Amino acid sequence: MTLLALAAAAIAAYAAVLLHAEDQRLIGALIVLGFGTAAAAAKFGLLSRLGQAGRAHPRLAPLLAVAALIALILVLREDHFALLMIGTTLLYCVACWGLNLQFGRAGVVNFAGAAFFGTGAYTTAVLAAHTALPHWLIVLLAGAVAALLGSLLILPILRTRGHYAALITIAFGILFKTFLEVNDALGGPQGLKLPGFTLFGWNLNDNITVGEQELSFYVAYIALALVLAIFAFLLVRRLEHSWIGLNFDAVRMDELAATTFGINVARWKITAFSIGNFLAGLAGSVQATMLGFIAPNNFTLSDSLIMISIILLGGLGSFWGVPLGAAIVLILPEKLQVIQEYRFLLFALLVVAVLLLRPQGLVPRAQRSFTDRIR
Amino acid sequence: MDSASILQHLVNGAMLGMMYALVAVGFTLFFGVLDVIKFSHGDVLMLGAFTALSAALGLSAAGIEQPLLQLALMLVAGIALTGLVGALVGRYLVLPLKSAPALNTLLITLMFGTALREAVRVFYPQGSNPKPFPRLLPDDALQLGALSLRADSLLLLALGALVIIATHWLIGRTKLGLAIRAVAQDEETAKIMGINYTKIVLITFALGSALAALAGIINGLYYNEINFSMGLNLGVIGFAAAIVGGLGNFYGAIIGGFLFAALQTIGAVAIPFGSSYKDVFAFAVVIALMAWKPTGLIAEQEAQRV
Repeated sequence: MTLLALAAAAIAAYAAVLLHAEDQRLIGALIVLGFGTAAAAAKFGLLSRLGQAGRAHPRLAPLLAVAALIALILVLREDHFALLMIGTTLLYCVACWGLNLQFGRAGVVNFAGAAFFGTGAYTTAVLAAHTALPHWLIVLLAGAVAALLGSLLILPILRTRGHYAALITIAFGILFKTFLEVNDALGGPQGLKLPGFTLFGWNLNDNITVGEQELSFYVAYIALALVLAIFAFLLVRRLEHSWIGLNFDAVRMDELAATTFGINVARWKITAFSIGNFLAGLAGSVQATMLGFIAPNNFTLSDSLIMISIILLGGLGSFWGVPLGAAIVLILPEKLQVIQEYRFLLFALLVVAVLLLRPQGLVPRAQRSFTDRIR
Repeated sequence: MDSASILQHLVNGAMLGMMYALVAVGFTLFFGVLDVIKFSHGDVLMLGAFTALSAALGLSAAGIEQPLLQLALMLVAGIALTGLVGALVGRYLVLPLKSAPALNTLLITLMFGTALREAVRVFYPQGSNPKPFPRLLPDDALQLGALSLRADSLLLLALGALVIIATHWLIGRTKLGLAIRAVAQDEETAKIMGINYTKIVLITFALGSALAALAGIINGLYYNEINFSMGLNLGVIGFAAAIVGGLGNFYGAIIGGFLFAALQTIGAVAIPFGSSYKDVFAFAVVIALMAWKPTGLIAEQEAQRV
C-alpha cells in the first residue's frame, strides 16, 4: 500500500515538474530521467511489485491516481497550457478506453477513432450553436450520435472480418474528414467555433476564484474531463469483471468457438462497438468545448492512428496502459518541441518497434484469473 | 453533354481505372503469396512518385533535358527504390510477424506507411505542399474527326496496359511466375518442391511495389502534380478494388479497378455537387460495396477449419 502511494506521489511530482518546465534542455533531461527510472525500476523488479500491489488492492490504485491528479491540478492551477495538456490526455484516455474495448477486448477493429471523436465534437458545436439544450445534455447527445453513426458502420463490419473490416473503418475515417472539408454548412476546412460551456448556471470559461486564489478556467474543464474519465474507467472496469467482458474475450479469441458455445458474436461486437464510440463521442464533445474551436484537420486518419498508437504502446486491452500511452504520445511532443513536427513519424516508427519487439505493449494486460475469485 | 466532354470523362475514367488496377494487382499479389494485406502499399506508391520526381529534378540539374531519357531514368529510379523498399518491408516487417495475429501485420504495415508519408512530408523540401510533376510526354492533340485527344493520355494508357499484360505474362508464362503461383497455392508443398520460399515472397513484394511506383509515376505524369498524401486515397481505393474483384484474383483486381473508376466518374458527373464530393462518394462506394459483397464479386473460396 505504501508502495502504491509512494509511486503515485512520485509520478505526480515528476509530472508537475515536467509540465511546468520550459527550458528545452531541462525537459529533455527530465524525459531521459523518466525513462531511465522506469527502466531501472523494471530491472530491479519494482514495477512487478507495483503491479502485484495494484492487483492486491484493486480499489486503491484508481483512488490514488485521482488523488495524485487532483494534487497535480492544484499545483499547476495557473498554468493554462499545462492544464490543457492534462485535460487533453484525460479525454484521450476516455476515447482510447472506448477504442480498447472494441479493439483489445471484442476484437472489432476501428481505425476511425478520430472520426467518432470528431462526430462528438461537431455534434456539440452544431447543437450548442443552434439549440438551447442544456449543455450537459449536449455532451450526452454527442456520445449518442457517435454511437448511432457507429451503428450504421457496424453493418458492413459485421459482414466482414479482419482486413476487410479494417478497410471499411479506414475508408470511413477518410470519408469523414473529406466530407467535413467540402461541407460548407459545417464550416468547411476552417471549422467551427464553440461558445463557452455552461453547466447548471456556471460558465466554465470564467476563471475560478477560491478565496484569494485564482484558478485557470481550464480547471473547470479538467474537472469535467476527470468526471468523464472516472465514468469511463468504472464502466470499462465493470465490464471487464462481468460476464459481458468474458463474452468479449471469447468473441475476440475465436469467433467460431464462441458461436459453438452459443455466444451471439454479432450482439457482442455491436455492444463493444457502440459503447466504445459513445465514449469517443463524449470525449470529443468535451474536448471541443475545452478548445472552443474545431476543424476537420483535428480528425484525420493520422489522428485515429495516434489513438491506435496509444493503445498499442500501452498494451492491447490494458487499463493502465492507456493513460501511460496517452501521456507519452500526447504530452511528449508538446513539451519537447524538437519532436513536435516529427510526432506522427516518430510514433508510427515506435509502434512498428513495439509490434516487432514487445507486441504485448508497455503495460501488458493482466491474464484473466479464473481461480482466485469468480464473479 | 456533348461528345467531347463525354470523351474527356471516358479518358479520365480509363486513366483512373488503370492506376487503381495497378495498385489492386499489387494487393492481390501480396495476398496471394502470403495471405497478408500490406497497408503501406499506397504510401510506397507515393514514394515511387517522389523518387521519380527527384530523379527528374536531378537530371535537369545535371543538364540532361531529353524527355525520353529523363522518363526512362525516372522509371528506373522509382521502380528500383520502391522494389527495394517493398522487399525490405516483406523481409523485416511482414515475414517476422508471420505467426503473429494477422492484425499485427496490418498494424505494422499501416504504421510503416504512415512513417513513409510523414517522412516525405517533413524531410522532402517543402514536402507538405503539392509538387509540380514534369510534363515529359508530348501533349499535342490528336484529331479524331470532331474529337480531340491528348497524346500523353493515350501514351500513358498504353504504358499501363502494357505493364499489366507484361505482369500477366510474368505470372502466367514464366518459371518465376510458376513459383509465385506455387507458393500462393501451397507454401509447404512449394518448399518441398525446392522453391526458395523467402526469395519468392520477397520478389513478389518487390514486383507488387514496383507496380505501385508505376501507378504513382503515371499519376504524376497525368495530373502533373503529386503530394505526400496521394497514396492514401489510391491505396484505400486500390485495396477496395482488389477485394471487390476477389483478393488473390488477378483479373478480378483489374476489373475491380476499372469498376471503381467507372463508378467514381459517373458519380462525379451524375450527382449534383459531384465534383467537390467526389472523394466522399468514392469512399462511400467502398463502404457500400464491402457491405454488399464482403468478399468481392468473384467470391473468395473460404473454408473454416473447426
